[in-house]
Amino acid sequence: MRFFFLVFILFCNQLIFCQLQINGTVVELSEKGEQITLADVNIRWLNSTIGTTSDLNGDFKIPYSKDHQKLVFSYIGFITDTIIANRPNLGKILLHREMELEEVVIKNKVNSIQKSLFSAQNVVNVDSREMLKAACCNLSESFETNPSIDVNISDAVSGAKQVQMLGINSPYLLFTQENMPSIRGASQVYGLSFIPGSWIESIQITKGSGSVLNGFESISGQINTELVKPLTDKKFFLNIYGNNYERYEFNTRYNQKINDKIATGLYVHSNLRDGKIDRNKDNFLDTPISKQLNLMNRWQYANLEKGWVSYLNLQYLTDEKQTGQINFNSEDDKFSNTVWGSEINTERFDISAKLGYVFPKLPYQSFGYQTAYSNHNQNSYYGNKIYNIDHESFYSNIIFNSIIGNTQHKFKTGISFTYDNFDELVNTDSYNRIDNSVGTFLEYTYDSLEKLSLVAGIRVDHSNRLETFITPRLHVRYSLWDKASLRMNIGRGKRAANIFAENQQLFASQRSINIMANMGKIYSLKPEIAWNTGVSFTQKAYLFNRLLDFSIDFYHINFTHQVIVDWENPQEISFYNLDGKSYSNSLQIDLNYEILQNFDIRATYKNYDVKIDYDSATLQKPLQPKNRFFINLNYETPIKYEGRQWRMDLTFNKQGKQRLPNTTTNPTPYQLDEFSKPYTIINTQLTRVFSTKFEAYLGGENIANLIQKQPIISANDPFGSYFDSTITFAPVLGEIYYLGIRYKLN
Amino acid sequence: MKTKIFLITCVFTILSLSAQDKNKNASFSVKGNCGMCKSRIEKAALKVKGVKYANWSPTSKEFNMVFDENTCSIEKVQKAIVKVGHDIDSLIADTTIYDNLPPCCKYRDSKTMDMDHHKKK
Repeated sequence: MRFFFLVFILFCNQLIFCQLQINGTVVELSEKGEQITLADVNIRWLNSTIGTTSDLNGDFKIPYSKDHQKLVFSYIGFITDTIIANRPNLGKILLHREMELEEVVIKNKVNSIQKSLFSAQNVVNVDSREMLKAACCNLSESFETNPSIDVNISDAVSGAKQVQMLGINSPYLLFTQENMPSIRGASQVYGLSFIPGSWIESIQITKGSGSVLNGFESISGQINTELVKPLTDKKFFLNIYGNNYERYEFNTRYNQKINDKIATGLYVHSNLRDGKIDRNKDNFLDTPISKQLNLMNRWQYANLEKGWVSYLNLQYLTDEKQTGQINFNSEDDKFSNTVWGSEINTERFDISAKLGYVFPKLPYQSFGYQTAYSNHNQNSYYGNKIYNIDHESFYSNIIFNSIIGNTQHKFKTGISFTYDNFDELVNTDSYNRIDNSVGTFLEYTYDSLEKLSLVAGIRVDHSNRLETFITPRLHVRYSLWDKASLRMNIGRGKRAANIFAENQQLFASQRSINIMANMGKIYSLKPEIAWNTGVSFTQKAYLFNRLLDFSIDFYHINFTHQVIVDWENPQEISFYNLDGKSYSNSLQIDLNYEILQNFDIRATYKNYDVKIDYDSATLQKPLQPKNRFFINLNYETPIKYEGRQWRMDLTFNKQGKQRLPNTTTNPTPYQLDEFSKPYTIINTQLTRVFSTKFEAYLGGENIANLIQKQPIISANDPFGSYFDSTITFAPVLGEIYYLGIRYKLN
Repeated sequence: MKTKIFLITCVFTILSLSAQDKNKNASFSVKGNCGMCKSRIEKAALKVKGVKYANWSPTSKEFNMVFDENTCSIEKVQKAIVKVGHDIDSLIADTTIYDNLPPCCKYRDSKTMDMDHHKKK
């Protein structure tokens, strides 16, 4: 018993001598977010000399002291930290490195949509980040988050999306790809879906008649797309997308630098829509079954010391669409009178080249040569109507840039040449036409270096169909006060309307075609001429230290000559030259503001007044909402190590009521209201960036599931005389959910 | 003989006149900080008669220009730049002009320069 007592006393002694220990591990976070243990960190009690250091594993032990409560951790190059020691095991203690001033890089966040205060033209620059916000996938869809451009659905059968600017349709908009006219003629309707979004580096949207450099055709404005360039693009890019309607897209780019002056890139896009979808139960596909393969090979040469730059592009595309009644089988039912179906097959080849030279000793003087050839071949039928178009086009432009006196006065001058050969078959009638034009231009740019800048351009063209004519254009910018710009523009545009190619949806109806000949040279019609005048005001300001961007613009387009597309008789489509007035007034108010850090709002209101003197009456343009509202909310979390980030995007697009073409002569079940009801489309997207190499996105389009209930008139009798799929004022397809990934290597 | 000398002088003057380069390139270093400095420096240079092109880089502080030697000289351009508040080597801008520059353009007492002084002590 005594023995046990002794042991007990010894044990107690032991307890008293063995002091309480506090332990823990000191770590730091690497750039990649991994924990790294820190050895030799000084640890001592605050206001004392009792201390220790951490071992090789970062572990430390320090005897508990009643007199002290706080432990101080210090290490060279790290911020000293003080911790309350309130438990025996402190676990992991994270030390942060001292920031060195030279390592801090402050980056100014540039918005993905930029409006310049200084350019004389009203230009909005949209960069590739904005392209990522749209569901995908091609140029027409990329405008869905952009308020300057309106995206409309052309018809219920093909689902093709057409864009509008300033209240008038895309044929009046000039599309250029790297400053060469691109979507023209035969590709007018479907061409926008032939430029994959992932190939686009940036888009410049110019409101008002653009530059004389790119020709005489632009009336409402110009949209230029810059594609990614092999010398500056990522080495490898891969994007895969799929949605709940069995639409799949595949995009890849591979770039190879041959040396520091030459690089080449191979870009591949393919898409597949496999699903036979008929949610509205009208027996017609809501979206076509389609296949597309699009290949591009780019070559870029840049020798900056010698001043030479050059590009060569080769592009091949094949696109097949099948649509119509759900049980339509193209092999058995082509041209049948019982099952209505349609096939649109396109094959296209493009080659273009650019050569530029900047005089090495005179940085302001350069010359450039651009040339492009394309062959577009579309074979299609809609029920038992046939439409084939073969369009061969050649374009060439020589530009010389220099100054007068000094760089306050710049000028561009040159000669351009275009050749277009159209070969069309409309049912049994064939239309062949060769258009060629040669023109010269001069554009003068003045910069007062203070408040005023202007671009004045003039071109003289001679065309076999448009005769000899002058195209003047003027853009002026004036800074009223700090961060405010007032712009004005006036310009003329002239063009030949390709009535069938631009209004292809007419074939998906039983409307008869009526051309009222007017002794003209284009389908016996005269060319179109319009004047565009506009005023815009932009003010940037800082509100609560965050950038606020406000702009208001008003444009008036007045057609002196126009080819009217008259849908007002439900049994007929008529084309005739304007006799009277036709104009478009458009007002747009934009407000962009960063509400919170990395949380941006963009709000837009648009008002359109587009009136045309038809033969029957003066009417608002059909399918054109008078009012549109647009709100986009965008939030991005701060970028963490390896670029980790979340990005969120939400867009509301409200369309006001639209006047519908007259259907009063139809039997009652086939009549439509005078106006459509207003509706709102909501799109959203969530992107997770896992690293600088990999990201995934999930999104929904039209998540409120708003659809036009009966997009096709007389869908039950497609061979009857009232069948019409051309009056589409709302989406045919309901809610779309999609998932995609992007992988890139530098 | 007199006429001969006269003729020779004439020829030489013409030769030397034509040797005056219409598109002379020149570059020198100009002190400054930011984008606002850039536009101020370039504006000042372009307003000098005979200057065709002016470009200043905020990172390298290098100023490049193209000018007509017949109507303009490097000194004239340098004077014009100094007059708006930017130092060029030995040419120091007037303090009253310098003091009126916006805070971001005060290149003389930028933080990095302060730090350098601090280190020397």
